[in-house]
Amino acid sequence: MRPGPVLSLLAVAAFGVAPLLLPSWVMFLLTLALAKSVVVLAIALLLRGGLVSFGHGMFFAAGAYTVGLGMKWFGLQEALVLAALGVLVSAGVAALLGLFIARYRGIFFAMLNMAISMVIYALLLKLYWVTGGTDGLGIRTPTILGITPDRLNLRLVMYYFTLALTAPAFYVVDRFWHSPLGFMLRAVRDNEVRVEYMGSSVGRVIYASYILSGALGGLSGILTGFSVGHIVPELAYWTTSGEFVFAAILGGAARIPGPLVGSISFEFLKSYAYKYAAYTWQMTLGVAMLLIILFMPTGLWTISELLTRQVRPWPPSSKPAR
Amino acid sequence: MATILETRALTKSFGGVLAVGDVSVAVGEGEVVGIVGSNGAGKTTFVNLVTGYLKPDRGRILYAGQDITAHPPRQVTRLGIARSFQIPQIYTSLTVLENVLIALAARQGEGLRPWGPLFTRAREAEGLRVLEPFGLAEHASRPVSELPEGGVKLLDVALAGALLPRVLLLDEPTSGVSSKEKFVVMDTLVRILAERGVTAIFVEHDMEVVTQYAGRILVFHEGSVIADGAPQVVLADPEVRRAVIG
Repeated sequence: MRPGPVLSLLAVAAFGVAPLLLPSWVMFLLTLALAKSVVVLAIALLLRGGLVSFGHGMFFAAGAYTVGLGMKWFGLQEALVLAALGVLVSAGVAALLGLFIARYRGIFFAMLNMAISMVIYALLLKLYWVTGGTDGLGIRTPTILGITPDRLNLRLVMYYFTLALTAPAFYVVDRFWHSPLGFMLRAVRDNEVRVEYMGSSVGRVIYASYILSGALGGLSGILTGFSVGHIVPELAYWTTSGEFVFAAILGGAARIPGPLVGSISFEFLKSYAYKYAAYTWQMTLGVAMLLIILFMPTGLWTISELLTRQVRPWPPSSKPAR
Repeated sequence: MATILETRALTKSFGGVLAVGDVSVAVGEGEVVGIVGSNGAGKTTFVNLVTGYLKPDRGRILYAGQDITAHPPRQVTRLGIARSFQIPQIYTSLTVLENVLIALAARQGEGLRPWGPLFTRAREAEGLRVLEPFGLAEHASRPVSELPEGGVKLLDVALAGALLPRVLLLDEPTSGVSSKEKFVVMDTLVRILAERGVTAIFVEHDMEVVTQYAGRILVFHEGSVIADGAPQVVLADPEVRRAVIG
């Protein structure tokens, strides 16, 4: 089921009026969830090609640290300029790493991503004179289109800024999924041999998708950095990457709203788990994951499909396909 | 008739087993060649060598005067040699039409376009035209997982045909297709290939099919071609019959 333009506009409108209806702490969580939904989307994109990355924290961090260092070294203030720069840098990182990583599949792909992200984590930690080490970097309030947001409305402004960049990211990926390359990525997951026997390069399909995925990971880190106001090396740590994969599976990767649903559910689940079971919150998450895998293996978004599923007649066996 | 595909002393062994030994064959443009032989005679290995899936130990493969020995499948395909498989190689999680549209996009060199839809009106129309002769057009929007075995087999052939090759290699195109359907499918296939002047090489176990559709047959036995000629003549030879029936 493709969310038609109407459904998409309704969703954007709903997010648009949310601040009028929801308390401010919920709005902060929602900002974070929106920001992170973009990296979850990046994970889901690769999942379509049958690839799991346990290292997308590195793109997340690449985006965030580009913003942090852009402010610190170059005195950049404009959020859109910083965001564009961050996306370029993370896409560049993906383009470089992809030359090597796009050759691998399955567990090797997952682990190589994780390994490299851990190297980046270590660098962020040890090069403290550049990155601030464990203290991380502060992200000052940026200007948006040259306007400095009012302190009182800062959270609200950052929410709308996040929404304004998240929505296009989902649009881009939706277009990608309907494009020849998007289908080619699914084809790669199904049958690499046939892809090559169509004269197409499996390696290039994965490489191009990996760059897009990396750019999205970067954008997500940028948005998160802006709304939290502080970035730390943990953004690149493997458990952060693991959370993204968790959220992708939670929401379901097969449909475009899945990552959004997954990211929001994850953010709220984690907060509530932490609030009501401060010492066993990871266990709560684990149980939630188990339930999803057992009862909704294609993710939470499946609920909508279970409700709208049409019963289609099976082809009668007496009539062969001809 | 100009030679379009030629192998010279093509040899491949696996471990100590000689799968294809010193096979030298020249196929003319527009010919329809059947390959027969018992199991393990080297038929599929021959197809795999020509299409670049395997690298030969020795020998050369020439296509339209160009040396394509050990070219990878992607390059071989781009040059105009397509193939279907004994075990169908299709995209099992997609629909029938999506499978074909991907092939069309690949042929048009648009497989890497990240923008603009795969489903364009023109591409869809062409996709349905590709499926039509195989009786698959009415199943176009079905997931391929819902197709019966024979339908999957035909889709595999359709995918190769969608690439508009100059040479088409078919590895047992009608195995798994019901005996009633076989001749209908082969009739259509051979007619389309003839219309387009496509050279076809097909591996086939069904002697009736081979006799009816191949203009020439190659008999493989223990990795070598032991007979080459018109079906009626070749299959009349008792030694050939023994080799083929095993």
